Amino acid sequence: MERSTAFTDSASRLKSGEDRLRGQLLLGLDGDAAAYQAFLQAMSGHLRAFFKRRMASLPNDIEDLVQETLLALHNQRHTYHRDQPLTAWAHAIARYKLIDLFRARGGREALHEPLEDDLQVFAASDTDASDARRDLGRLLEQLPDHQRLPIVHMKLGGLSVIETAAATGMSESAVKVGVHRGLKALAALIGMKEPKS
Amino acid sequence: MKTDDLIAMLAKGVAPVDPHVATQRFLTALLAGGAGALALMLLGYGIRPDLAEAALAPMLWVKLGFALAVAVSALVLTMRLARPGVQPGHAWIGVVLPWLAVSVMGLVVVLDAPPEARLGLVLGRTWLTCALSISFIASPVFVGLLWALRGLAPTRPALAGACAGLLAGAVGALVYALHCPEIEAPFLAVWYVLGLLIPTALGASIGPKVLRW
Repeated sequence: MERSTAFTDSASRLKSGEDRLRGQLLLGLDGDAAAYQAFLQAMSGHLRAFFKRRMASLPNDIEDLVQETLLALHNQRHTYHRDQPLTAWAHAIARYKLIDLFRARGGREALHEPLEDDLQVFAASDTDASDARRDLGRLLEQLPDHQRLPIVHMKLGGLSVIETAAATGMSESAVKVGVHRGLKALAALIGMKEPKS
Repeated sequence: MKTDDLIAMLAKGVAPVDPHVATQRFLTALLAGGAGALALMLLGYGIRPDLAEAALAPMLWVKLGFALAVAVSALVLTMRLARPGVQPGHAWIGVVLPWLAVSVMGLVVVLDAPPEARLGLVLGRTWLTCALSISFIASPVFVGLLWALRGLAPTRPALAGACAGLLAGAVGALVYALHCPEIEAPFLAVWYVLGLLIPTALGASIGPKVLRW
């Protein structure tokens, strides 16, 4: 009896955590940067805990994979169906990136760990970020100007689309496309430039 | 770059997302691919001259109905597989049932015919080219759907590629039926089905490479 009460408590805690996160994501999808940042921040903690439990053999890759997955969540945020449970979506992306990493490493040992327990994405959080080995800032420098400059001005410098367009001489729509494509290209570069372990 | 800096970068000035992006991509792929398929059929094959007459017989409608039913279910499957964490669900039943139906129809016709006529019912006059023609006509739809999927995030790329291939094949069959002179159910059950399976197999084999993200 006590056990089932405890279970219901923790299940409802997970549920309210999911509801809050989902609310933040939905606001973010409508362009609310503050809510979106809070969503990504919370996700990074959940992802770190999720990967840590499954990557005991690859501890140095955890932060890299957290960053790669955050970038994937961002680039694929248009694939989130607004009625869909957030856990299912986020877990599927985290799992996909994790399996991708295992394949690239050729290590199968960690796949013995069952990956199906998807509620667990939100069961734990780990906010203790260690340093990533791969420097996204360096990768960013490899992008062509029409993608790099919009990202640098808008996403790092905090200029608006209009200001970025004026600073770079690009059209406003080219700036928007440049940011969008640039972040996708950044995600692709990560896939190609896996650091050797 | 620290994770917190990455998060700040991603969130800063984040653009609102159109909730209909996925639907629009599939719509674009099907319209452009379908137009391409129609053009290939018209230019390379031509509509059968007796189409008005054939439309009075049930077989043309069986062919079109079969292809359309498979296409609708394959579209549902492909769209679900394009989103992380969405299960394909029971839509595969909508593929299996039409296939069972044409298989049973074909089998009944073959068993009902005198033994010496059976092979002719299966082979028709165009068995050598039918499946390949369907695959060829399906190719613009196939390319369009791969483009649509590349802008989304299939986490099971082989399955997603297979379903996209099946959908392309079904649209190809739908269009090819306007040319195809065959009128026997056994022919449909063998060669049209093979015409759907070729792009399906192709999609399953290239999906993991082409649909990576």
